[in-house]
Amino acid sequence: MQIIIVGCGKVGSALAAKLSNEDHNVTVIDTNAERLNHLTDLYDVMGICGNGTDYQILERADIQNADILIAVTYSDEVNLLCCVLAKRASACRTIARVRNPIYSTGRDYIRRELGLAMTINPEHAAAREIVRLLRFPTAIGINSFSKGHIEMFRFRVPDHSPLIGQAIKDAKILQTDGLICIAERGDDIVIPDGNYVVQKNDKLSVILSPQNALKFISDVGLKTDAVRNTMIIGCGEMGYYLAKMLLNMGIKVKIIERSRERCEILAEHLHKAQIICGDGSDEDLLREEGLEEMDSLVACTGIDEENIILSLYAKNKIRQKVVTKMSRLEFNDVIRSLDLDSVINPKTITTETILQYVRAMANSYDSNVETLYKIMDDRVEALEFAIHRNSSITHVPFEDLHFKKNTLVAGIYRKNRLIIPDGQSYFVPGDSVIVVTTNTGFDEIGDILETKVRS
Amino acid sequence: MNRAMIRYVTSWILRLEGLLLCSSVIIALIYREFDVLPKYLMVIAGCEALGFLLAQKPEDSRIYQKSGYITVALAWIVMSAVGALPFVLTGEIPNYIDALFEIVSGFTTTGSSILKDVEAVSHASLFWRSFSHWIGGMGVLVFILMFIPVKGGSQMNLMRAESPGPDVSKFVPRVHNTASILYKIYLGMTLGQILCLLIARMPWFDTLCITFGTAGTGGFGILNSSCASYTPVQQWIITIFMIAFGVNFSFYFLLLFRKPKAAFKMEEVRAYGLIILTSIVLITVQIFSRTTLYHHLGDAVRDAAFQVGSIITTTGFSTTDFNQWPSFSKWILVLLMICGACAGSTGGGMKVSRILVLLKTLKKELLQIVHPRSVRKVMLDGETVEHTVLRSINVFTAVYFLIFGLSVLIISLDGFSMETNFTAVAATLNNIGPGLAGVGPASNFSAYSPISKLILTFDMLAGRLEIFPMLLLFVPSIWQRS
Repeated sequence: MQIIIVGCGKVGSALAAKLSNEDHNVTVIDTNAERLNHLTDLYDVMGICGNGTDYQILERADIQNADILIAVTYSDEVNLLCCVLAKRASACRTIARVRNPIYSTGRDYIRRELGLAMTINPEHAAAREIVRLLRFPTAIGINSFSKGHIEMFRFRVPDHSPLIGQAIKDAKILQTDGLICIAERGDDIVIPDGNYVVQKNDKLSVILSPQNALKFISDVGLKTDAVRNTMIIGCGEMGYYLAKMLLNMGIKVKIIERSRERCEILAEHLHKAQIICGDGSDEDLLREEGLEEMDSLVACTGIDEENIILSLYAKNKIRQKVVTKMSRLEFNDVIRSLDLDSVINPKTITTETILQYVRAMANSYDSNVETLYKIMDDRVEALEFAIHRNSSITHVPFEDLHFKKNTLVAGIYRKNRLIIPDGQSYFVPGDSVIVVTTNTGFDEIGDILETKVRS
Repeated sequence: MNRAMIRYVTSWILRLEGLLLCSSVIIALIYREFDVLPKYLMVIAGCEALGFLLAQKPEDSRIYQKSGYITVALAWIVMSAVGALPFVLTGEIPNYIDALFEIVSGFTTTGSSILKDVEAVSHASLFWRSFSHWIGGMGVLVFILMFIPVKGGSQMNLMRAESPGPDVSKFVPRVHNTASILYKIYLGMTLGQILCLLIARMPWFDTLCITFGTAGTGGFGILNSSCASYTPVQQWIITIFMIAFGVNFSFYFLLLFRKPKAAFKMEEVRAYGLIILTSIVLITVQIFSRTTLYHHLGDAVRDAAFQVGSIITTTGFSTTDFNQWPSFSKWILVLLMICGACAGSTGGGMKVSRILVLLKTLKKELLQIVHPRSVRKVMLDGETVEHTVLRSINVFTAVYFLIFGLSVLIISLDGFSMETNFTAVAATLNNIGPGLAGVGPASNFSAYSPISKLILTFDMLAGRLEIFPMLLLFVPSIWQRS
């Protein structure tokens, strides 16, 4: 597809890199020539130096033939104006990053009236993600499929789990409620088969339906209760959204924020929250404010290093969940080796959300992948396929199909129910199928088989 | 530096060259030249075998700017070293240095020759010589970029190193799409010329060789008289196509795929046209009125137009011995040699856009002296020329004349006249072909010593690759692992 990205900051660059590697034709517009040059040196994209709201610049980027325009400059207004201009000039879809809270209440209205395909507010999206995590504090990450009817939970195997030492095929709870589809041990990532023996501290990803989630979580020996209170350290836009959402859910919120001014604004908008004006990196202050009585802590100051230190400090004191906000995109290996609980990066979330939209759109052109997640630093793909009426692999038991290596059918969504597949399972037209694989480039369900069968 | 990747690209070059050499085999079969045929087959087999041996794909396929330059420079050297072999093996150019000079002259689209009697050479070798113009014209790596699986911006670093012009940019987001557009335009125009010449009743072998020479702006003729013995119509066709191949290819891209209006507004193309017209008029007036060489105005215009087109595009065909012309006309030709064609064309020289920017910078600096506080920018096509581009143009100019001067100095040891030496370097560094006096259209480069030939060979490569890739080879820190 022809994609134009306006603004090449961290998100714009990350999008350009990913999309160009996924074989899209990417043109990047930015006012900073140096940054553009750097980007075009590293990736096969075209750079145009100029302002994205300049119609001539858009024309030079061949807006008439573009499929998608993604506006991710630092300015909301520039992003919106770009999208409106692009929409007027061509039939392309437009995505804008809009982060000012002023626009947040009218987001849907703006989107609809300006004809945008999607707006994304990174801080809001990140806050929503954190809420999901706090709802299931034992999960490290959660992805959803089939419009939220199926979820993929990632968790660390706790010390006394009944799973430890068992092979997957022998563990009873794994046969009925959920299916382990990815296992991480140290730096290794595998798609486990029945003989995989679970060990302590493995990180497992499991496919579940939300209804069964609670039961499953308690079965594997994890705590199930949602958090009752949260301490938010550093309260920028994301902290504000987060506090608001949590308060609406009836969770107590304690905010520690350094700036007096900010505290006063927050106090105006968040009546129920307890707002403390002070330095969140002060050990005494934290102790005084009862860090050890907290169920969860969200470290979201503007400085990554501070967030990391805070999280490491709080890890053994907080009962359930420590969430670390990061804004840097590099050094993922180092961050992973720190053994932090959950890391949330608004930029990554923005990038991923936009990528999902673009991928879904690209796929609607030439394949029948409904959802595509690239997870674990892009080393694993989780895809959702629709099974069509004339597919040739329906009604064949899985025992008789030869799946490719490192490929797993992790779940079948049929008639509003999640079916955990086994050897006797088979596809029926109308199914929604979730496939987890370390291979790439699957376009249709037939691709998961060793021998190519047209579906 | 990514050595594995350089090896990998070289293997592609070798295999491609083997494939291209097959065309000469076909020619040898057609003309029943069974004595040269096995020699060509040997080289092809060698290329493919060596290419196959080196073809293991490296894990890290990234090429950064530094390795991009080195890869391109080495690729051209390897390609030339191998391309010279058929001439030596067939015994048509027994001396390897001569053969190297000849094929480098081919690939760099220069057209300078050391052959005293071109007509004695076999058809297969003549074809290979002319075909090398066509291959070198658009660039081999640009061609390979359409197929080679390299990652990300690496391709751009190769393309930037190989394509002529101060500021190489893509037409479309992907390098391989850009490359295929370039080759489509190139191929289309080549076929157009072949068709025109065939309609004008030129023999088909001449048509192919002359077209390849024109398209790459090379200039190897297959007759001792270059293009003098072709009919006026054929000469006009060649003139027009020479000038057309010297136009910036983004002109054609805009014309065909985007906005034709914008194409004609390109300052470089306009300046190029203006220079050509003025030169033709000035030369015609002088050679028609001040000499006894021409009796018909038509002949004078035709010769002037052909020569101007041939020299400014750095092709180097000739229809007349312009060494006989008065010195004003000759000096115009020398200036045209240095000026060269448009950036982003197949031509060589300093490029019209560089000259334009230099002149604009000069104007800016002069005005800056008059009004020290004035703020001005150098603009081209309505856009500011970035400081980095300006700097690279200034440095290029300095290095260009430095190499020019040093080369003349070294080859002067052979004892030829100043005019000969000066134009010999001008003709090779700018990829033109014939110079004046001792290396004029009626003579050739065979009289120079082997060392001078190597210097001139280096000049040709440096001129084609715009100097920096070749110079980088001599920077020691490039070769250190770090």
